Amino acid sequence: MSNASVHANRPSSLTITIDGREVNAVRGQTILEAAEAAGVWIPRLCHFPGLEEFGGCRVCVVVANGRSCASCTQPVAPGMVVENETEQVLETRRAIIEMLLVEGNHFCMFCEKSGRCELQALAYRLGITASRFDALWPKREVDASHPDVLIDRNRCILCSRCVRASRDFDGKHVFHFAGRGAHKRIVVNSSGSLADTSVASADRALEVCPVGSILPKRRGYDVPVGARTFDVAPIGAGTERARPEESR
Amino acid sequence: MAKPRIATTSLAGCFGCHMSILDLDERILELAEIVDFDRSPIDDLKHISQRCDVGLIEGGCCNEENVHVLREFRRNCDVLVSLGDCATMGGIPALRNTVSLDACLREAYIDGPTVHNPLRRIPDDAEIPLLLEKVYSAHEVVRIDYHLPGCPPPPEAIWRAIHAILTKAPLTLGHGLLKYD
Repeated sequence: MSNASVHANRPSSLTITIDGREVNAVRGQTILEAAEAAGVWIPRLCHFPGLEEFGGCRVCVVVANGRSCASCTQPVAPGMVVENETEQVLETRRAIIEMLLVEGNHFCMFCEKSGRCELQALAYRLGITASRFDALWPKREVDASHPDVLIDRNRCILCSRCVRASRDFDGKHVFHFAGRGAHKRIVVNSSGSLADTSVASADRALEVCPVGSILPKRRGYDVPVGARTFDVAPIGAGTERARPEESR
Repeated sequence: MAKPRIATTSLAGCFGCHMSILDLDERILELAEIVDFDRSPIDDLKHISQRCDVGLIEGGCCNEENVHVLREFRRNCDVLVSLGDCATMGGIPALRNTVSLDACLREAYIDGPTVHNPLRRIPDDAEIPLLLEKVYSAHEVVRIDYHLPGCPPPPEAIWRAIHAILTKAPLTLGHGLLKYD
């Protein structure tokens, strides 16, 4: 913390409330981190532990002291009142997920990531049965030039996890954003073709992709339906199971 | 009292969702006890014969005929349910939505690597329903009351949905029954 000295004489532990429940937090934590530590799960797509916060997907929206904010970037403050699972917050999250579902070309029925996809799992958990928005069916490019890795931009939600993970975990800077608005897309640091980059199938940039956009080749449907991550338990269940006993 | 009437159809679908209805197994007999089937592949009626309580729509709309059938269902059914991913989101037929209809037909009938079509003719018989430029999910064409996604929706989800509608009870599908694959 660069501004640690400023706060040196202020207590580092504080209390916030999430949906009426008192939660201990530490100064410098974000709302999402404090909630996670207390066993309260907040949905997220661009946040990933260990990566610099991006604050782009907005799925982790909460109402804090009466104002909507992204809980992955908003720091906790003493006495902060957070609404996480109110109908208003849930409805905003549903709308965001439904927009993501129509903004790309998502075909769960044959996607290798199905059952392990965080976008799909969030939609399930929020009870989304169809999108209220009309589908866009954008034209997106697939790059399968690399022998071990492929990018299917049809499934990309522009969360930037791969951009940050390639830079900060893998030290490679393989992925970047190009274009703006509806033309924004993931590009690679090379001639333009994935085959000419230093990407490898063991890169964490692949592992952090929440959807089926960056995939190792030849893995396919290696886990049978029924045994995949989110077949076994809904997304967020791990955090909630870890909630301290006395506060359930 | 007359039994509730159910009509079902498969538009731009593969009949997989109807297979999932058949996968109710022995419960299909119980279903036949509590409802009457109107237009459906079970009796092969070509049009809805009278007012129905529930219409189950498999598939979205890829051609003119799909739109006519879907509108007939909307006019004649109190409650319309989109059954499966093609009805709720377009599904596999909507894969063609990222290219033009013309490009899709050319690839399928002329340029595709395995196509043998010496006359280079794209089927255009007047009997063939006219294709729409895009494939639409059912709720992009008519008002849909409930959505039951899945490829196909699990039989248990179909069973619970029909029961919930007939008994006017709220339904939350929950983990494992709400699915898109």
